[in-house]
Amino acid sequence: MTNDLGYLSLALYAASFCCYARILYAPHNWLGRLATLLLAAGILVQYFALLERSHAMHAVPYDDLYGSMSLFAWLLAVTYLGLEIFHRQRSMGAFVTLLLIVWLGSLELFAPLEKPLSPAARGPLFALHVTLNTWAYAAFALSFVLSLIYLAENRILRSRHPGAAFWRFPALDDLDRMARSSVYVGLAALSAGVVMGLIWAHRLMGDSSIWDDPKVAVTLAIFVIYAMYLRLSRRTHWRGARAALLCASNFAVVLFSYTFVNLYLTRFHRFL
Amino acid sequence: MAAPSNAKASDAPRARIALVGCNHRTAPVELRERLAFTSQQALDAATELRRQGILEEAVILSTCNRSELYGVTMETSPTPADAMEEFLTSFHRIPRSQLDGRVYRWSGADAVRHLFRVAAGLDSMLLGEAEILGQLRTAYGEALARGVTGPVLNRVFQGALEVGKRVRSETEIGSRPMSVALAGVKLAERIFGNLKGHSAMILGAGEVAGQVAQQLRYRGIGSLRIVNRSYAHAAELAGRMDGEAVAWESLEKIMPEADVIVTSVGGADVVLTRAALDSAITARGGRPIFVVDLGVPRNVAPESAGLYNLYLYNVDDLGEIVEQNKKAREAEIPRAESIVAAHVAKFEAWRGRLGAAETVRHSIGLRDASESGEDQD
Repeated sequence: MTNDLGYLSLALYAASFCCYARILYAPHNWLGRLATLLLAAGILVQYFALLERSHAMHAVPYDDLYGSMSLFAWLLAVTYLGLEIFHRQRSMGAFVTLLLIVWLGSLELFAPLEKPLSPAARGPLFALHVTLNTWAYAAFALSFVLSLIYLAENRILRSRHPGAAFWRFPALDDLDRMARSSVYVGLAALSAGVVMGLIWAHRLMGDSSIWDDPKVAVTLAIFVIYAMYLRLSRRTHWRGARAALLCASNFAVVLFSYTFVNLYLTRFHRFL
Repeated sequence: MAAPSNAKASDAPRARIALVGCNHRTAPVELRERLAFTSQQALDAATELRRQGILEEAVILSTCNRSELYGVTMETSPTPADAMEEFLTSFHRIPRSQLDGRVYRWSGADAVRHLFRVAAGLDSMLLGEAEILGQLRTAYGEALARGVTGPVLNRVFQGALEVGKRVRSETEIGSRPMSVALAGVKLAERIFGNLKGHSAMILGAGEVAGQVAQQLRYRGIGSLRIVNRSYAHAAELAGRMDGEAVAWESLEKIMPEADVIVTSVGGADVVLTRAALDSAITARGGRPIFVVDLGVPRNVAPESAGLYNLYLYNVDDLGEIVEQNKKAREAEIPRAESIVAAHVAKFEAWRGRLGAAETVRHSIGLRDASESGEDQD
């Protein structure tokens, strides 16, 4: 399988990054629209790259590191594009596209490209379960990035010595709203993904042995900590930087679930 | 009789751009006031300059900091700058002697370079300010509509507008706030984003308070309240700024509704205490407040800076930001100058091609005249 589409999507993300970075420097409506269009084109091309891989594997591309991480990046880009359109706010585009470039670039350089053996057919319910959960992780990753930017900008503002780069940062309020929206998307996807997974496991095994899997407990913990973030982020003494710090810290649990739990603790979720 | 045409073609008159004017560097405000043109006067004067045969094309740019006559003459015209200066004094009815040493004259590429530098904000009192570009666009647009421009000035002014846009989009010469009032408002935008849905409260009704109110209005603040010990002064400023005047006694009551608080009140007492601000933030459900303290002595208790979700800047903090920004703008001058130089070279190349075309046209004109003369013979 050639990876021309993967490189093309990477090039489109890079072009989109250039436009987003440029509008931070000097805002132009047409350049902003071009940045969005290039991002959308990158998403479309990456979709076909994933589709090509799926056809080759006869499964959703999550059974190998390359496929799983590529799907993650694609869902992150889709989530960001949705938030950008919903909030009419392009100032985070440069940060998100840079993350995509680094992520996909590392993937192209380091992840093995060989097509894995076709996994055992596990049906569309399982595919939806994995895709939705990956989407949730991507949305949480986005909220993590937005919260980190929030914390950095808040620190600069409170220091009362804003440097040259400060004037190019997005507004705190915009970062806060987008981080919350991203968490809402993540929780919705996680809820739907967990339900799909439970139904699939019940049909397959017919008993409650899935509840013993540590992955389920960690996933429930993720659900609780992000719900807590949403609740606290509108409370008097939590609103703002403390909520952003909580949101950023929550992502450590997501990473733990995505890596350590998948690799060492679970019996049913070894898809990395 | 076609032979002489070649010899005479090289003598074909070429269009020459001339500029006479004064600005804040060469003339005091008293003289600039007397040399200023209203929009209508500028158009009438340009028309008159053409009618009297002083200029073939004319545009007058008049702002609070400059009055400049741009024109096109043929190279055969004797010293057009003298005639333009004479016209300027007679139009405004001031003695010629008052202009001695206060007026600059440029011609050719130097005049073009001057206009491009004006458009770039490099010749402005406030380096990189954007207002001049709008004023230039208006002056040129009105002259174009009146029909007093021609191909040469059209090319020069369109080039100037392009230079102004490029300099502002490709350099940071105009991007950072250069006044304390604007720096405060820009900081508020870094917290709240678009100010349209937000409210501001200004304590004080003096000149500084007015400047901040004006910037807030310009940046689209949702609602603006003016609180002052003298209600009449608050009402006067509120009237000018399309805001609402509020009695001093209601200050603590309305404070939780303000996202941005600007204080510029005279007197030695602290006006906003830490306790009052803490209560306001609590009453707002923890939503942040941005406080700009422009008072000297300070109007806001300095220890308030430690409050969670309160961003407090005083006049020194903002002054430091403005100073940094000024240096950053000055650092962009070489890049802006190189854009100006590139566009001057582009214009000169166009003018060179135009000159060649004029020569050919002149040559054809002479030949036609010669042939028609032969026919007559």
